[in-house]
Amino acid sequence: MSGATTLADETRPGASQDLIAAGGRIAVVVLIGIALSLVSQSFLTANNLLNVLRQASLTFFMASGLTLVILTAKIDLSVGANVGLSACLAAAAIKATGSPALGVLVAIGTGSLIGLANGLCVQALRIPSFIATYGMLWVLQGFTYYYMGGETIHGFPPGFRALGSGYAFGIPIPVYLMVVFLVIGGFFTRRTTWGQEIYAIGANPEAARLSGIPINRRILLVFILSGGMAGLASLIFLARLNSAEGDIGETLTLPTIAAVLIGGTSLFGGVGTVFGTFIGALILTLILNGLNLLAINANWQPLVTGLMILLAVFIDMKVRARSEVG
Amino acid sequence: MFVLLALFFAVMSPSFLTAGNLTNILLQSSILLLLALPMTLIIMTEGLDLSMGGVLTLASILLAQVAVATGSLWLGLGAALALGLAFGILNGALIAHAGIPPFVTTLGTLGIAQGLCLIVTDGQSVVGLPRSVPEMYSGTLALIPIPILLGVATYLAMHVLLYHTRFGTYIPALGGNREALQHVGINDRRLLIAIYALGGLMAGLDALLLTARMNAGHPTAAIGMEFDAIAAAAVGGTQFERGNGWLFGTLIGVLAIGILRNGLNLLAVPSSAQVACIGLLVILALFVDVLRGEQT
Repeated sequence: MSGATTLADETRPGASQDLIAAGGRIAVVVLIGIALSLVSQSFLTANNLLNVLRQASLTFFMASGLTLVILTAKIDLSVGANVGLSACLAAAAIKATGSPALGVLVAIGTGSLIGLANGLCVQALRIPSFIATYGMLWVLQGFTYYYMGGETIHGFPPGFRALGSGYAFGIPIPVYLMVVFLVIGGFFTRRTTWGQEIYAIGANPEAARLSGIPINRRILLVFILSGGMAGLASLIFLARLNSAEGDIGETLTLPTIAAVLIGGTSLFGGVGTVFGTFIGALILTLILNGLNLLAINANWQPLVTGLMILLAVFIDMKVRARSEVG
Repeated sequence: MFVLLALFFAVMSPSFLTAGNLTNILLQSSILLLLALPMTLIIMTEGLDLSMGGVLTLASILLAQVAVATGSLWLGLGAALALGLAFGILNGALIAHAGIPPFVTTLGTLGIAQGLCLIVTDGQSVVGLPRSVPEMYSGTLALIPIPILLGVATYLAMHVLLYHTRFGTYIPALGGNREALQHVGINDRRLLIAIYALGGLMAGLDALLLTARMNAGHPTAAIGMEFDAIAAAAVGGTQFERGNGWLFGTLIGVLAIGILRNGLNLLAVPSSAQVACIGLLVILALFVDVLRGEQT
């Protein structure tokens, strides 16, 4: 199956194909936007739109790192639990020392180390990634609860809180960060050798190995990047909520995976873009925002997110099946 | 390892080796066993069912609600079985026909089941069950506690299914060699759906024990229990990529986890730390399996 994808990739102008796919998804965003503005008057207000963007940015940070992992045909189910532990450790560090800089260091360091542990489980211990990172999820969640012991850490310096809830020129700061990482992510995957090698590994690992790509090191890299982005996301959550609890990351895994898959990244590796994931995060956030505006209980969110995951993969399977026949 | 665990806790805590405590371990383990056995079969097909805990919870809520509304335990059980079966068939169909990888399919249906749990109950417990419900956990039949009886019966049924029917001989091939099945003219998709349907059905049956034990339907009662089931299979030596599974190993795995949790409880280790321990145990067990696989 993956062999067919590589062939198709080589014989078609990949960039224009991606443009068409991205165009389709942007059209979906616009359609949802129009639908929401028709059913709810409060949708098309600057306040709500900025809110949507800020929410989307939180999902995007986690999902963009995960995109790299999924591009190599692996998965990281521990993203949410990673955010939880990173946030709690960073919160404790900031509380203890009063230094936001140390908190940033702790969060990104913790996230990256967890990513490294995931990568080692997958590449050195050769455990399938879905089960290794699933085991990691419970290890992290258990440790986070144990560490917090039911306590809440809250009240951080205003400078730090601006990271999540501050504005510059009327636009939330996380949104600027999102744009920065969107550009970096796009450049890294499309314009650097490492980025191209990540696609090659996902599309056809055997061919990648034969052409001398250091597969182990690249896969370790994507897991570390995914973990590091989870650590970064944990900071934004922390700054936004102004508090940390043991269950902070519990509900994050599902929407993160949903954003990547809605964004058109294939679970089978080699197909997808960071920009697609941005659009995926936007679509998911818009739909959840719509539920909110229509005063539908937040209890519906996991159900809707679950349905969207299934729908996104289902469409991906259908598209792949057609391109393989054609 | 199983014996070592038991010895360790027997030395560490005097209350571990009492008849009451050991019976308690067996009773609690029976709930996990009912999930872990079908999970083993599913893993043997190179699959996974992450939705089991969510489906079990939803089935338990439904059982409780129907039992409260009608006063009949059996109508409640029927509803729970039907719900479990429906989720199992949905999982199986998405995996077999749409070709969606099992872990993502069941992650999606987990979200759906978990969402329904919250929507149906609005986060509240369902209480006021007829007395016949808790008796299914505390009661005995011919002096043997009902959960243990149900656990043994399930084990025997699964054993016969896996080792003494034609259906059972196809199960490892579903993981290791699906093409071979197609070549000899077997409908591998229908088989796969049947396996996931069995998993869902068992989650529905398990709802009986869970609801009876808690004497309530609670929206987060068994969330995450699929992880213990996967852990039991992994500790019992079921392999994730080669279609090898061992029901007796899973039984030992279930008891090992039961003893581990019980022993850590007696030593007053918080349940959060227990979860982390089991997570590490799974990664270790899988690593040992990978090593073993390379030697042969």
